[in-house]
Amino acid sequence: MTQDHPAIDPSRPQAAEVAHEWRAADLDPVAERRAERQVAGLFGAATLLILASVLIYGFTDYNATVGVPLLGDVNVINVFMGLTFGLGVFCIGAGAIHWAKKLMPDVEVVEDRHPLTSDEEARAAFAETFAAGVADSGILKRGILRRSLLGAMALFPLPLIVLLRDLGPAPTHGQLNHTIWRAGTRLVTDVTYLPIKAADVPVGGLVNAVPENLPQVEEQDGTLNARAKSVIIVVRLNERDIIAQQGGTPSAPWDYQGILAYSKVCTHVGCPISLYEQRTHHLLCPCHQSTFDLADAGKVVFGPAARNMPQLPITVDAEGYLIARSDFQQPVGPSFWERA
Amino acid sequence: MTPTTPLGRTAVALDERFAGAKGMRKLLNKVFPDHWSFMLGEIALYSFIVLLLSGVYLTLWFKPSMTEVVYNGSYMPLHGVRMSEAYASTLNISFDVRGGLLMRQIHHWAALFFVSSISVHMLRVFFTGAFRKPRELNWIIGVILLILAVVEGFAGYSLPDDLLSGTGLRIAQAIMLASPLFGTWMAFFVFGGEFPGLDFIPRLYTVHVLLIPLIFLGLIGAHVGMVFYQKHTQYPGPGRTNKNVVGYPLLPVYIAKAGGFFFAVFGVIATLGALVTINPVWLFGPYVPNQVSAGSQPDWYMGFLDGAVRIMPNWEVHLWSHTLSLNLVVPAMLMPTALIGLVVAYPWLEAWATGRTGEHHLLDRPRNVPTRTALGAAFLSFYLLLFIASGDDIISTTFHLAFNDITFLFRVLIFVVPVLVFWVTKRIALSLQRRDIDRLMHGNETGNVLRLPHGEFIEVHAPVNERDRARILSNPAIEPLPMPPATDAAGVRTPNYRAKRLQAKVSHFFYGDRIPMPSAEEIAAAQAHLDAGHHGHDELTH
Repeated sequence: MTQDHPAIDPSRPQAAEVAHEWRAADLDPVAERRAERQVAGLFGAATLLILASVLIYGFTDYNATVGVPLLGDVNVINVFMGLTFGLGVFCIGAGAIHWAKKLMPDVEVVEDRHPLTSDEEARAAFAETFAAGVADSGILKRGILRRSLLGAMALFPLPLIVLLRDLGPAPTHGQLNHTIWRAGTRLVTDVTYLPIKAADVPVGGLVNAVPENLPQVEEQDGTLNARAKSVIIVVRLNERDIIAQQGGTPSAPWDYQGILAYSKVCTHVGCPISLYEQRTHHLLCPCHQSTFDLADAGKVVFGPAARNMPQLPITVDAEGYLIARSDFQQPVGPSFWERA
Repeated sequence: MTPTTPLGRTAVALDERFAGAKGMRKLLNKVFPDHWSFMLGEIALYSFIVLLLSGVYLTLWFKPSMTEVVYNGSYMPLHGVRMSEAYASTLNISFDVRGGLLMRQIHHWAALFFVSSISVHMLRVFFTGAFRKPRELNWIIGVILLILAVVEGFAGYSLPDDLLSGTGLRIAQAIMLASPLFGTWMAFFVFGGEFPGLDFIPRLYTVHVLLIPLIFLGLIGAHVGMVFYQKHTQYPGPGRTNKNVVGYPLLPVYIAKAGGFFFAVFGVIATLGALVTINPVWLFGPYVPNQVSAGSQPDWYMGFLDGAVRIMPNWEVHLWSHTLSLNLVVPAMLMPTALIGLVVAYPWLEAWATGRTGEHHLLDRPRNVPTRTALGAAFLSFYLLLFIASGDDIISTTFHLAFNDITFLFRVLIFVVPVLVFWVTKRIALSLQRRDIDRLMHGNETGNVLRLPHGEFIEVHAPVNERDRARILSNPAIEPLPMPPATDAAGVRTPNYRAKRLQAKVSHFFYGDRIPMPSAEEIAAAQAHLDAGHHGHDELTH
């Protein structure tokens, strides 16, 4: 079956052996001694450099810094221990390779390849032994044993899979579709948690906001889960610039005098959206450049995101602070299979 | 024979227990062919060893926990900031463990070397046809190793829980969510509930330091073991055939070169770790779900996926109160799966188109298999375009172009460029073959111009040397399979006619454009002509 490579097809001309070219170190004792000195020099340098790396570790304060051209102020241990160790180790390698190339025999040797295929006889013998062993076991003859074993073996991995069940809770409607925003929840500034007075938001202004109860929820929960879904951005547009919103009636609008609240979580893969262009009212995601028009119901104007940025209905309380009218009316963040 | 040296006595003691003398002698004499491109796989192996070593150091100080702590270490800009223990311990390694930053940077550089060298090694294996029978299984192991290396790298740079890696994890979680049918469950199981939860970093840590490294050890052992057992391929050259291995014995030359090369690779990685900052997590800050930095870029090997996600149109299907996010399913799931499937199937596809069943131990020169080379180049251009697309924001800000235009351009280029690259590469390969045959028949130009007695000027041509001659003669010049007849002479329909016709068509696609090699007689005649002192093309007609 084995077909030869055409290059060794006898009908094609064969390449002749090439005369060996001797190296300087093979012929000239001076060149040989020079090569020996070079290799020894590399090994010697390796010894000194590796020793230096240990000394640098031992005799330098752990946060000592030094100014180096191009690198600036650097930590002495990290840079100089690393440098001496790296160069030292490299010298070991360079020495060994130089030794092999200059001083070890460079005459190539030929080893035969044997076909990676067994001959027919060996195969037949194997097949016979295998068949005899299988027959001896009785697995073909004793169907009841075979089937009952298969049944047991098929179930054997099941407990191992079942035990993975508590990796996580089942996704619930509440978790997938809701955040901690509720009717009446005050919008507070991110980081400083100060309530936001509607009158203090200038036209064209943007505020990163979170629900007022977020610190308490995080304290109880210990995770960043609530934050990951409830972060919003608040912008104020000229009311006449607003083309559309995602909901609201003239008596209960979702904005408050041009102040709009939108989720900050991109509907594509959930990156927090951070780039707002005041003039166009466009919101740009820095991850994959999805662009949303906040003046036009947060709709996607460009990029891989498919869904509008969810809008949070807002109004003001008696003291003039911005509050949510309700939770978001659609799931925030990336899409998922169960999403209606 | 009684040994006198301690080494000899040890060897005898071992032999009395394992009878290894015969096998070990054979091993010491084992021949390894020499070529710079064979070192690419070695770089991967050696950077893996560096990864194991540096990784163990990092585990001694890293705390894989998402529990919030307040930082009070020696990096002043983050003093008093709340962050996960994982991030705090990464800062601790970077600033308070002596040489800790060096170990982190060595580990990260080694990881980049690992993925990069595997990738380039695979390209070498592909373009030289080293994946052909009997090495197809090792090709598949190589593909699995590359996928694992990418996953392991992603896991590794996600562990510090900094702002950049947290954003990457958020994207990974969103891709899980987008999976049809079971995506939401998968995301909830992997993260222990909603994103980010408290479970993920500790789980990822176990995967990163135990599960994947164990699989790596097994697969790398099998990979190298198969190379040993089947013997290494070699490039064509004088005296090199499909039935021999020409090279240097394990002892001393290969041990010295390969062993030395390990230290050289380690040395380069350690020097980079000392001098070149990589993944400065302290500048990114701890992960908070409501922050992100513009221009976020993953490690290079995730780039092609990110690029595909960026240029995909925003298609989403809503059916029967379910959502199918094609904008993620296509670029982040179907595209990579299809690429992997193609790469895994390729050795069998080519063998089928070639119709050969023998063993291949002599490597191809890429020009001699133009269609394979062109397919590889087209694949590479597809990959590189996706990679470049992942930097569309950087391109946009650097060259002051609208990223909208760039994205639309990429949507076109991704289909057009691979076709062009295929065509151009194939033409170049065929032209190089013509050039080879020209050199074989007419010799090399010497640059010496001779004036003949009757006044004519000719350029003296010299025969190619033996090494080049052997390389040129190695061209297999494979012919396409003939079209099967629909019926035989007796009018009986050929069995499996359709399958055979398809095979012949694919074979024609692969080998239809070919430059036939001159026959032995023609080469001998040309040789005699050159030897007789005739020079130049004009005098020789064939």
